Amino acid sequence: MTIRLDPNIEAPDDFYQALIDTHRDLDEAQSQLVNAKLILLLANHIGDMQVLREALRLAREDGVQLLRSQEI
Amino acid sequence: MQLTETLSQYRAPPEIESGRRRVPVIVVGAGPVGLCAAIDLGLQNVQTLVLDADDSLSEGSRAICFAKRTLEILDRLGCGERAVSKGVVWNTGKVFLQDRMLYQFDLLPESGHKRPAFINLQQHYLEQFLVERLHTLPRGELRFRNRVTAVAQHPDRVEVTVETPDGRYVIECDYLVACDGARSPMRQALGLESKGQVFRDRFLIADVKMRAGFPTERWFWFDPPFHRNQSVLLHRQADDIWRIDFQLGWDANPEEERKPERVMPRIQAMLGPDAKFTLEWVSVYTFQCRRMDRFRHGRVLFAGDAAHQVSPFGARGANSGIQDTDNLAWKLKLIVDGRAPDTLLDSYDAERRPAADENILHSTRSTDFITPKSGISRAFRDATLQLAEHHAFARSLVNSGRLSTPSTYSTSPLNTPDGDAFGARMRPGAPAIDAPLDSRDGASWLIDQIGGRFDLLYFTGTQAVSETMRNTFESLRRLPVPVETLIISAQGVRADIGRFFEDVDGLFAERYDARSGTAYLLRPDQHVCARWRRFDAASIRKAQARALAAETETEVAK
Ligand SMILES: Cc1cc2nc3c(=O)[nH]c(=O)nc-3n(C[C@H](O)[C@H](O)[C@H](O)COP(=O)(O)OP(=O)(O)OC[C@H]3O[C@@H](n4cnc5c(N)ncnc54)[C@H](O)[C@@H]3O)c2cc1C
Repeated sequence: MTIRLDPNIEAPDDFYQALIDTHRDLDEAQSQLVNAKLILLLANHIGDMQVLREALRLAREDGVQLLRSQEI
Repeated sequence: MQLTETLSQYRAPPEIESGRRRVPVIVVGAGPVGLCAAIDLGLQNVQTLVLDADDSLSEGSRAICFAKRTLEILDRLGCGERAVSKGVVWNTGKVFLQDRMLYQFDLLPESGHKRPAFINLQQHYLEQFLVERLHTLPRGELRFRNRVTAVAQHPDRVEVTVETPDGRYVIECDYLVACDGARSPMRQALGLESKGQVFRDRFLIADVKMRAGFPTERWFWFDPPFHRNQSVLLHRQADDIWRIDFQLGWDANPEEERKPERVMPRIQAMLGPDAKFTLEWVSVYTFQCRRMDRFRHGRVLFAGDAAHQVSPFGARGANSGIQDTDNLAWKLKLIVDGRAPDTLLDSYDAERRPAADENILHSTRSTDFITPKSGISRAFRDATLQLAEHHAFARSLVNSGRLSTPSTYSTSPLNTPDGDAFGARMRPGAPAIDAPLDSRDGASWLIDQIGGRFDLLYFTGTQAVSETMRNTFESLRRLPVPVETLIISAQGVRADIGRFFEDVDGLFAERYDARSGTAYLLRPDQHVCARWRRFDAASIRKAQARALAAETETEVAK
């Protein structure tokens, strides 16, 4: 399987709000822990190593590009 | 730990008077690896001389966990029973976070194996049993206080210079097996290196004597109340000795941490105020993972810690070193006897180097989990642990040491690739899995019936064995390198003649995906080198020639 990059969440705004709400009143360290758990839970749900590797690559590629553009 | 006087007695080597001599194989180092190499060779009638600089057994806190595969090898060497009856058997591990247990696991969830997943036994006991075993073999000689100070390789021999209390002598051999430990003077003498990484962490390793109510299990704590922010491991050994590992962190001062006034309160806090114990040994270690680029250098073969080193999480040091010798001994034997070309030794490197990489990979991953290298790595570690309390999926991510399992030589040039379809976990390059068998002479185990020679496992199912088949087996037995056949019948079909076994619980058929006519060819180290649904003598001769690195079958015969 390849990773889905077309919109797949029915109510994107609801999801986004739920994501931000999950972190309400948490400090940086707590948020980091919650994010880590979230990633692990979702990764296990996906299970497919090919999809996971693609997601890991995309996440890092974009992140690195962003950092570079900020440096300029 | 001392050996009995007769075993450790030093005698002036005769070569000091009589001049140089040549032996087929010299093993440098009488640690567990060198001793296993020498016993294996001695059992196969290869004259072997073991030289060790020291005259005592392993000191201090070293290996305790010996894995199933090692026990099977020790069985073949004639030491398995002693090791298992002295050691403590365990199958269960528990993982704790702070003050609570997260989960427990079973290492050998399957029955129908002669040996348990692991035993715990102090390294010095294993070494003692091995020294005593070697002593019974007419072809094995062990010399303590014989320090090798120089090696010189020639196209046709290796020249070894040895220092003893009575002076120096030079001795020659066809092949030298360097089992001289992590610092390996042999490696240095040949200008070679072992490369890898040191982990920036320190561990206090204590062996403690106590009568305690803890069960015989492996307990691993992350961040326990008695040792905040670090990990702790508790493990039982023979004689009411317990191994305790405290992670200390990189900044700890090893000299300070070793002092009894620091160690005792730490252990007391862990065991509770009422526990009574005495300290047997304390040391502070840093661990590393590294290996040599190649394990074969001409006529010198490196094995054990000399060739590769891992952190102890996973118990892969001595276990993998003993597997090195399992791989090497039969090859040396056939070469020394002129039954296989010298290039067969290249396969030692081709098979054991990937095995070392596998061990290093597992060991590195465990160390990364136990000692996270960054804030985010720590966050994922903690998240995994917290999830593991409630969710099975996260338990599979917790890594407090992936305990030693044998390597499958799946890319080995000695394998004959499958021509027929097979479904089981067995495959060319894999070590034979055990299964219970029954025969005219009573119940036995597959693992005890094989090894030390080429074996053909022939599954006849419910069919009778034809006259033609029997003639084929007879012809295989008469090959220059003989192949012995073990006939296995289906569950319920009584075995009535010699080397005829019944698959009593049907586990052989299951584990080997065997149907009537299925045959497996095993090397002397019990690894599979070929298998068929239907076979003939010619395909077996061809597969054997390949497993001997011979170009043609006639090369084996010459
Ligand atoms: C704390 C700790 C825990 C461990 N736990 C485990 C475990 O649970 N399971 C496991 O499998 N492994 C474990 N290990 C690893 C295990 O101890 C080693 O892998 C094992 O001892 C290696 O055996 P060896 O024979 O290769 O080398 P060694 O045992 O180091 O033996 C080398 C021998 O060579 C001799 N020698 C050296 N130089 C010369 C010379 N110039 N001439 C002649 N002789 C020489 C030495 O005297 C010595 O006897 C542990 C290690 C540590 C430190």
